[in-house]
Amino acid sequence: MSTAMFGSGIRRREDPRLITGAASYTDDLVLPGMLYAAMLRSPHAHARINAIDVSRAKSARGVAAVYTSADTEGALQPTPCAWLLPDSDLKIAEYPCLAKGTVRYVGEIVAVVVAESRYQAYDALELIDVDYDPLPAVINLEHAGGPDAPRIHAEIEGNQAFHWTVTGGDVDAAFAGADAIVKERILQQRLIPTAMETRSAVAHYIKASGELTLWNTTQNPHIVRFLCSLVTGVPEDRLRVIAPEVGGGFGSKIAVYPADFVTVFCAMKLGTPVKWTETRSENYQATTHGRNHVQDVEMAATKDGKITGIRATVRAGMGAYLSTAAPGIPTILHGLMLSGVYDIPAIREDVYGLYTNETPVEAYRGAGRPEATFMLERLVDMLADKLGMDPAEVRRNNFIPKFDDGHDVVTGLTYDSGDYEQALDKLLRHADYAGLRAEQEEARQQGRYLGIGLSTYVEICGLGPSQVAGAIGFQGGLWESAIIRFHPSGKAHVFIGSSPHGQGEETTFAQIVAAELGVSPDDVKVVHGDTDNTPMGWGTYGSRTTAVGGAALALTARKIREKCKVIAAHLIEAAVEDMEYEDGNFFVKGSPDNGKTIQDIALMANVSWNMPEGIESGLEASTFYDPPNFVFPYGAHLALVEVDAETGQVEIKRYIALDDCGPQINPMIVEGQIHGGVVQGIGQALWEEAVYDEDGQLLSGSMLDYAIPRADKLPDIEVLSTVTPSPHHPLGVKGIGEAGTIASTAAVYNAVMDALKPFNARAVNMPFTPERVWRAIQEGKGN
Amino acid sequence: MTVPVSIAINGRRYEREVEPRLLLVHFIRDVLGLTGTKVGCDTSQCGSCTVLLDGAAAKSCTCLAVQADGSAIMTIEGLAGDDGGLHPLQESFWNKHGLQCGFCTPGMILAAHEILRTNPDPTDEEIRHGLEGNFCRCTGYQNIVRAVRAAVGEEKS
Repeated sequence: MSTAMFGSGIRRREDPRLITGAASYTDDLVLPGMLYAAMLRSPHAHARINAIDVSRAKSARGVAAVYTSADTEGALQPTPCAWLLPDSDLKIAEYPCLAKGTVRYVGEIVAVVVAESRYQAYDALELIDVDYDPLPAVINLEHAGGPDAPRIHAEIEGNQAFHWTVTGGDVDAAFAGADAIVKERILQQRLIPTAMETRSAVAHYIKASGELTLWNTTQNPHIVRFLCSLVTGVPEDRLRVIAPEVGGGFGSKIAVYPADFVTVFCAMKLGTPVKWTETRSENYQATTHGRNHVQDVEMAATKDGKITGIRATVRAGMGAYLSTAAPGIPTILHGLMLSGVYDIPAIREDVYGLYTNETPVEAYRGAGRPEATFMLERLVDMLADKLGMDPAEVRRNNFIPKFDDGHDVVTGLTYDSGDYEQALDKLLRHADYAGLRAEQEEARQQGRYLGIGLSTYVEICGLGPSQVAGAIGFQGGLWESAIIRFHPSGKAHVFIGSSPHGQGEETTFAQIVAAELGVSPDDVKVVHGDTDNTPMGWGTYGSRTTAVGGAALALTARKIREKCKVIAAHLIEAAVEDMEYEDGNFFVKGSPDNGKTIQDIALMANVSWNMPEGIESGLEASTFYDPPNFVFPYGAHLALVEVDAETGQVEIKRYIALDDCGPQINPMIVEGQIHGGVVQGIGQALWEEAVYDEDGQLLSGSMLDYAIPRADKLPDIEVLSTVTPSPHHPLGVKGIGEAGTIASTAAVYNAVMDALKPFNARAVNMPFTPERVWRAIQEGKGN
Repeated sequence: MTVPVSIAINGRRYEREVEPRLLLVHFIRDVLGLTGTKVGCDTSQCGSCTVLLDGAAAKSCTCLAVQADGSAIMTIEGLAGDDGGLHPLQESFWNKHGLQCGFCTPGMILAAHEILRTNPDPTDEEIRHGLEGNFCRCTGYQNIVRAVRAAVGEEKS
């Protein structure tokens, strides 16, 4: 086994347990004496609670307890927001775990029932009487900050959570001197992440020792431990958080949630294990949503199509409360990426975070970057249209030229490496772009409407340097840590703080160790997701697990290698500086046959019979890796669609994704991430939307009504890549988890608008339902 | 009120007293502790709870335990051979990276089983059509389609 393990599409280590039904997710767990919790949720978007009568529920069959906010007074602190965005006049409304006097979104928890079975718990919910006085709801983002809008939180004027600004260059001069200006109002609709596993918590509290174990559907168990300790008062050393098998997250399992703390409260109060698992309908109402921007954006350019400035005002819906990381999403992760892959000298963006009577918004795959990419890519296409240029040419004319060791952009970031033009060229060659344009023209003659859409993007990920985290108000670090421990037989454990939940890093991480130390990946077990058994880590989001956790692991393996060299030199009776390493063998230069294998050395280090002086027993190392910069993967995507002008139906005929995430550790896994990411982005363009009526009722509150992509609606995705290593990363790798989603929404949107060109159709709001497309065609014809 | 049911699952007969309203999926998961079968929604859309009911795929959240009285059910736990060897569909899902988080996978594999039972040599389009009642949020379905195609011809009866 050798360095060939890096770059090999080996099958995943995690799969055998998953394909046989042996894996254990949170809701699969059963503990002796366990009770079940069910949450009573507000049916109103905004209402005063006059009274709650739980007496009938308490006496229902099988019910152990019913609690409301009065019971948790003093025992549960409010659910925290942990991204304290600086210089933004941030106003954080108190988010009680159980509603106190007022409910502010449909789905907010009002009471909890604990019973012997799920069915009994849900039965008893029906017996709780709540006297509500409904209040006017704030739903429309365009009016949420207006003078007539009802206040959601008494102390917060204009429902404004924050006002954040990013500027660079002289944007006013850019617009004053522009030959061409294009502007658009873009609605980034509200989306529901829809991880297939709904959220769940199992809490087990041992009163005698004060120890709490919380099994939780989370992307970041160490953050849950930290924040759960603050909310419940259980000290961190007595609090163990376990993320067992986790069935996808896409950002929705980053936040800490009231329901989890309420479950903990019940377990502590009753002294018995308590499980809570949300239904899908509850998941849609109460697990965080994503996106939700109204963007007013304009772009200035010369007559040759050189972009000179971008100006934008964004109203970002935050929902009724600020979720854990919410303030950083439409600001840091959005505004700082405003210039994208283009060399744009001047930008300004004002972001207003607004409270509404809706479910709190959090990170959703891409988190801020899809919203930035879409803005840019839409306007670039509009600019091309206005100037009568080809969209590919406008992109090419504006790309940042190739760079391999840092490039400063107008927002203040330093991108690591990129060759955007190469990516676009390779994509267009593969697609036969000129051929597609000819085919489109021919089809139009026949009354068929093909559209070609491009999207070129760069994303900020591998979050990130901890010093930057502090400067931007993130209430945690952003490093990762790893431990490698070799056992006497030469097998090894990796203990890592990252917490993958479907991305396959048990395999990728084993491949890193295999590549660095010449062992078989089958001999490396990766342990993650348990705060008692793994070193601290800040979680899996922002495409950071391989980028940051993987770097910690690679550096740890290199420490092991150095120790092995010293031990091998001692055993061979050679000087350390004469030692060489190749594929798991340590030997004196020129004598590989007389070397010591890593297995030999692991045995010696563990029995410790004959160690070099001053070298400790055992073969184990650890590293805390705090990245010097973010990583910046990028790519170019193309969608080919056909619009049925009679029905408004959109069909994706081809989708080509070119992504550059640096060297690929496991190309099979990378491809899988791209497939899934692209399809989620397509979902936003064509089908998905969280719809609230004016009273704040969630109309798309089930899988019947919220349309996630289905197998029969999608084409095969053609996957291409280029490889541009990150100069500052030990393995050169970037990230790939979010890339597909960041690129694909804009590619599909641009393709549909391109197909509609013969009809002079105006902009259509996503998703492109057949009705909206058909109306756009009819209205366009009337122009 | 409870009623007696007798249901064979993965070759073993279980006799229990259940409430008439108990969903089959909860009987399988909560009463018998066979947690390989998943619950992903509450409106019969997602297919995570798919099992084989007397040989044909069924969403076990859309069926009461009492309706399955006297039936023979196979869940994901029963799909591998007695010798522990994986079923060809399990092998092909593994080989083709047909899963990521794995939550939809038991239902997805059994839905794929149904596709091949009713159409031993499906086209990609037929596979995609056959999977429309099973949701996956991770894979974009492409590798699931590949996995089903790869299992064609190797399917056990």
